[in-house]
Amino acid sequence: MSAQPILNVDDLVVKYGAVTAVKGVSLNVNEGEIVAVLGANGAGKSSLLKALVGLATAHSGQVTFLGQNITGARTEKIVPMGLTLTPEGRHVFPELSVRDNLILGAATAKGEALADGMEAMLEQFPILRERSDQMAGTLSGGEQQMLAIARSLMSRPKLLILDEPSLGLAPVIIAEVFRLIDRLRDAGTTILLVEQNVAQSLAIADRAYLLELGNMTREGTAAEFLEGVDLKSIYLGG
Amino acid sequence: MADIFQFAVNALSLGGTYALLAIGIALVYSVMGFLNIAHGDLLTLCGYGMFFAIGFGLPWPLVIALGVLVAGFGSVLMERVAFRPIRGASQDTLLLTSFALSAAIHVVLQIAIDARPKPVPLPAFLSGSFNVGGVVFGTGQTIAIIVTVLALVALTLFLKRTTLGLAMQAAAQDFDTTRLMGINADRVIATAFFIAGILAGIAGVLIIAQRGSVDPMMSMNPLIKALIAAIVGGTGSLYGPVLGGIILGVLETVFQTILPGEALLFRDPLVLSLLVAFLLFAPNGITGSKVERAR
Repeated sequence: MSAQPILNVDDLVVKYGAVTAVKGVSLNVNEGEIVAVLGANGAGKSSLLKALVGLATAHSGQVTFLGQNITGARTEKIVPMGLTLTPEGRHVFPELSVRDNLILGAATAKGEALADGMEAMLEQFPILRERSDQMAGTLSGGEQQMLAIARSLMSRPKLLILDEPSLGLAPVIIAEVFRLIDRLRDAGTTILLVEQNVAQSLAIADRAYLLELGNMTREGTAAEFLEGVDLKSIYLGG
Repeated sequence: MADIFQFAVNALSLGGTYALLAIGIALVYSVMGFLNIAHGDLLTLCGYGMFFAIGFGLPWPLVIALGVLVAGFGSVLMERVAFRPIRGASQDTLLLTSFALSAAIHVVLQIAIDARPKPVPLPAFLSGSFNVGGVVFGTGQTIAIIVTVLALVALTLFLKRTTLGLAMQAAAQDFDTTRLMGINADRVIATAFFIAGILAGIAGVLIIAQRGSVDPMMSMNPLIKALIAAIVGGTGSLYGPVLGGIILGVLETVFQTILPGEALLFRDPLVLSLLVAFLLFAPNGITGSKVERAR
């Protein structure tokens, strides 16, 4: 008997008015994996993710998380179940301190659990401890990305979804972000990674999907992807 | 010297009352993105709450508490009935809805109660005065300043020290991301409306203590002043509306003092020109945030 996938998406359709952004996408994520969803700009990646966490409405199809149907559930129900999204563009709260950003990440936790989580997080991200009283908006792009991920981890997610964590960062910082993702998986967090940065994503992913113009056009292990796919076609969306 | 003290007390009490109203408008604006024109009517609801409480013969602390609570829950009810069903609609839709809600409240009060003012006789000592070393202070004005300061301290502590308060600040900066933290959007918005209503209720008690009556249209003037305070000060933080309210209080008191009798009717036009100047040259207000808001 094979293990039940932690996340299962079945024939999901997301529409904005007359525009269909996601046209019947199916995917699954098993516990302990890093699964990459690759695709060019406008392929429907962000719409797919928003539908998973309830920020966009699924037109049809089904999303199952930990065996429960969460299609159409509200974000505030989904996040406490252990499904958390670190949004594209980081979206730290710029006029709150680093510490307050982290507190909000654990908004569904309380008291001692919060204090423990905070200490563990500052241990793991020394740069955030250094800057804990600074406004998040004053951090560099890389530091903001670390904060955004740390903030998501504060809710102790069973599945962490990262939307374009390397976007707009310097190459040396990007490498650091990918090392962090790899480390998180080793520490037991399952990760759904959505990226345009194909080569570095495939280097740490177990499996990958290719999303093109709202359709899943390819899936396989990272190794299969590295052999078979014309990487340029992913970048250019062709 | 004594004049200066009296001037300051007058200006601060007037400004503080405007600030209480303006903070509520700014709080709702920061999480919902629209100016709630019906906010002023919470003053009126507070007034009628006190009018009926006095009619039932309640002791005056209960009368005041009831007036404040009527405004607080009235505000929550407004959100639930009028604004929640159209949340996510354009700012224009929300703004027009608040105009309609305000007009509806006026008509309902006129029909259900009376278009003419009803007396709200609050205790006499509120309109009295006391003497400190030869300087005469209005009791009502002094209480207004103290109450305003206490309300501001309480609100600041709530925003900085509680998760719900932090969530309200976060929602003002980035609403969708706040929801991604697992925070209940309905609860954050309802809390913003409740706090705005309580502050409007406190302002209502202070204003009605001065005028001694309530009528369906009484909120128009304070509402306009509060909108000016919010816009002049800026809605990005707590300090903006407070600053705007105090500036307005000082200006009105100055004009009241220096304008000769026949020019006194230019007091409000002069204050309104200040609003026009800010809308033209500094639409984000004095404390206007330089950070682009993500909504």
